[in-house]
Amino acid sequence: MSGLLFEGADWNFLTLQRIHDACEKVAHKELGLDTYPNQIEVITAEQMLDAYSSVGMPLFYKHWSFGKHFAYHEASYRKGLMGLAYEIVINSSPCISYLMEENTATMQTLVIAHAAFGHNHFFKNNYLFKQWTDANGILDYLDFARGYIAQCEERFGRLAVEHTLDAAHALMSHGVDRYPGKKKLDFREEEKRAGKRRLYEEEQFNDLWRTVPTGKVKTNAVLNVERRRALLGLPQENLLYFLEKTAPRLAPWQRELLRIVRHIAQYFYPQGQTKVMNEGTATYVHYRIMNRLHQDGRLTDGNFLEFLQSHTNVVFQPEFDDPRYSGFNPYALGFAMMQDIERIVKDPTAEDREWFPDIAGTGDEMAVLRDVWANYRDESFISQFLSPSLIRQLRLFHLHDDPAERAGILVDAIHDERGYRRIRRELSRQYDVGYIDPNIEVVDVDLAGDRRLMLRHTVVKGAQLNETDTKRVLQHLADLWSYDVQLTEVDAATDKVLKEFVLNPRIQPAAA
Amino acid sequence: MHIIDRRLNPGGKSLENRQRFLRRAKALVQGAVKKTSQDRDIKDVLEGGEVSIPLDGMDEPRFRREGGTRDMVLPGNKKFVEGDILPRSGDGSGRKSAPGQGDSEDAFRFVLSKEEFVNLFLDDLELPDLAKRKFAEAESEGLVRAGYATSGSPANISISRTVTRALARRVALRRPRPEAIAELEAQLEQETDEDKRAALLAEIEALKAKAKRIPFIDPIDIRYRRFEAVPKPIAQAVMFCLMDVSGSMSEHMKDLAKRFYMLLYVFLTRRYRHVEIVFIRHTDRAEEVDEQTFFYGPASGGTLVSSALQCMHDIVRSRFRPSDWNIYAAQASDGDNATSDSENVARLLTDNILPVTQFFAYLEVGESGTYSFEMPDSALWSLYERLRANGEPLSMRKVRDRSEIFPVFHDLFQRRGTTQERAAS
Repeated sequence: MSGLLFEGADWNFLTLQRIHDACEKVAHKELGLDTYPNQIEVITAEQMLDAYSSVGMPLFYKHWSFGKHFAYHEASYRKGLMGLAYEIVINSSPCISYLMEENTATMQTLVIAHAAFGHNHFFKNNYLFKQWTDANGILDYLDFARGYIAQCEERFGRLAVEHTLDAAHALMSHGVDRYPGKKKLDFREEEKRAGKRRLYEEEQFNDLWRTVPTGKVKTNAVLNVERRRALLGLPQENLLYFLEKTAPRLAPWQRELLRIVRHIAQYFYPQGQTKVMNEGTATYVHYRIMNRLHQDGRLTDGNFLEFLQSHTNVVFQPEFDDPRYSGFNPYALGFAMMQDIERIVKDPTAEDREWFPDIAGTGDEMAVLRDVWANYRDESFISQFLSPSLIRQLRLFHLHDDPAERAGILVDAIHDERGYRRIRRELSRQYDVGYIDPNIEVVDVDLAGDRRLMLRHTVVKGAQLNETDTKRVLQHLADLWSYDVQLTEVDAATDKVLKEFVLNPRIQPAAA
Repeated sequence: MHIIDRRLNPGGKSLENRQRFLRRAKALVQGAVKKTSQDRDIKDVLEGGEVSIPLDGMDEPRFRREGGTRDMVLPGNKKFVEGDILPRSGDGSGRKSAPGQGDSEDAFRFVLSKEEFVNLFLDDLELPDLAKRKFAEAESEGLVRAGYATSGSPANISISRTVTRALARRVALRRPRPEAIAELEAQLEQETDEDKRAALLAEIEALKAKAKRIPFIDPIDIRYRRFEAVPKPIAQAVMFCLMDVSGSMSEHMKDLAKRFYMLLYVFLTRRYRHVEIVFIRHTDRAEEVDEQTFFYGPASGGTLVSSALQCMHDIVRSRFRPSDWNIYAAQASDGDNATSDSENVARLLTDNILPVTQFFAYLEVGESGTYSFEMPDSALWSLYERLRANGEPLSMRKVRDRSEIFPVFHDLFQRRGTTQERAAS
């Protein structure tokens, strides 16, 4: 084995195969990665734009908001405001990586190392992905979803479907289970089940049943509050799930749509929690692979320099006073932390030994990293592995901004002995999903009265909901629920009610 | 590992989504399109381009939090120490703009293709009385070449194709050429050795037999030209632009007229495969001219509207048979006409022109600055008004300002229920 993988910038499919094989060798033999089989697809810039607007998935149902995103991306791309990503990778088995045809051979190598091995390994091994996503079934499920939604449009009208989807999208971020439920998602089963159920419903349909007189309604007194709440599974933070199961006036197909949106939200949920780790892993992996290829004489110095330039751009972290600053760059932070772990494992200082007694000086950095990649998400990763030395290197500091404090913003901690732990805790909190999304739950339904749905937003640190948006979302919610919806904002510390929204459904329930 | 080349897959996978988006945003986009069009030349208007629409109604709301106490960790500390108080800058809220929420919140800009732009612009317009004449829907059959067939009428034999195939077949089956046989026969005559003669004879016989077995043209070689009947809509229209160019017509008025004509032209091009334009300008005499002369040529004199109508009538008679052409006319004028001419005008319109035209629009142009309703009724306007009262299908509008052209045009061609309504407008 040796000789250059390619020369110059041109590539063809043989080159790609050679690149893949060379990367695979390094990834599996040297780094000990464990990946899904790879599928590499070469696409054009236009197709990349297409992929962007359907959240990167190769098949997705039709909805206007994807068209909006496409128009938006296209406009900014044409104006040159935005470059296209070099790759998109899909958490599926086989793991699909899209490569743009415009990339040079070096970029293709980088992208294959990054996506087809880095992301791929992470998808396959990280506990969140294992727990929440079904890589084998996702594409089939999306295919089913697309077909089902198209069918609904035919049967119930495009507009009705659009309304339901709009509402579901508005609640999408509140359509995930944050804690593992009873069973693992199995998209294949899910799809079969839905099909069977539909068939059953059609077979069993008999118009006569509609005319059978219903029995007396149980007295409301029977349903005491406790029992009702238990029956409805309250409190419930998964709003989409709650609506799907209990909204009184939804048609079966609408429930199925909510279910589809909910499943897709759940599928993407781990990605939101592991941005730093996922990109860090991929970046670390491509960096190792590219260096190895260069050392083995499979990349020319020129190609390697080209790689280094892209790599440097990717991991560039502007400082807070830089006009380009827009938060932490997950690539930069993840990569820096993983390199830092490598340093701690191989060449620790006394400080490292004190902070990381378990891993400092153990020598096998890949064993440690593989373990980290498998068992952490951004929040726990940062709270465990952000080292003082990296805090100093990035010159991190912590600001506390209390609007009630007239004097200004307090610098609460800086990169010194006293600040390390506080900075680490605060930064990790910035990545805590439980902290990022507003905490909104269904707390009760007024079954005895007007069937009003009652929600509660637990306000933390005084951050209340944006009024305009909240009203719009609640409107959607009320439309699905078909009766009034009430959202109360309650301060977490004092239990004081801060604000209340009440929305009526736009379509009034007809007399039953 | 698989490598799949998806580049050949059809792109534009999100076209459907884009259309859904446009459909949803239609009212907003239409508004934006019209607003944009007012500031542009008509030619450019139809080039499509970027429009921006307010995000209201197109945004996708989520529960978002704002305010409260905030903790942030930032990189790149240079001089702060613990306990420093930083003054809040600017608005006093101390909030930096959150990432991803810049200007895009106010308006949403995107690029419409030419087709989309024109579609949206003309969407709720239609040609009045399209079905007035039966030929408007009529179709004639046209023949179109559609490759070759193995059967057909002898008149349609494609000789070149047949011979090509015959040649190919003969080459493939190795039919001997006559020259080859002649050459062997020549050899035979000169040959004296009996054995060789016998061999040559046998060879010649074999070749001759083969030449018979493989004929020059076999029925399987024959190809016929195939034609397919394709319905061809009679899709042609002619548009007459009549304009008074006497001294009273200012550049501004001509500009107004021009805009109207161009819109009409664009509108017609979308309906018909072929649109002819006839420019007729008149003073007290009328003549057919080209576009340049029409809009920019200096001319002056008295005013006789009937001359233009007469000219149009003559042209229709000589070149555009009403049974074959959809005829449209738009007349722009400041409304002046010789009083003695009224009867002529009325007669020409009622007897000759209106019966054959699909649509006749009269546009009275005025100087900008005053309001249209302040324009006193001119001689021509009163005359047309009278004709319309008698039930003649005339559409008339007054225009003073460039920005009125689009609304007026739009108004004239608004989709309507009945002719009565149109006449009443």
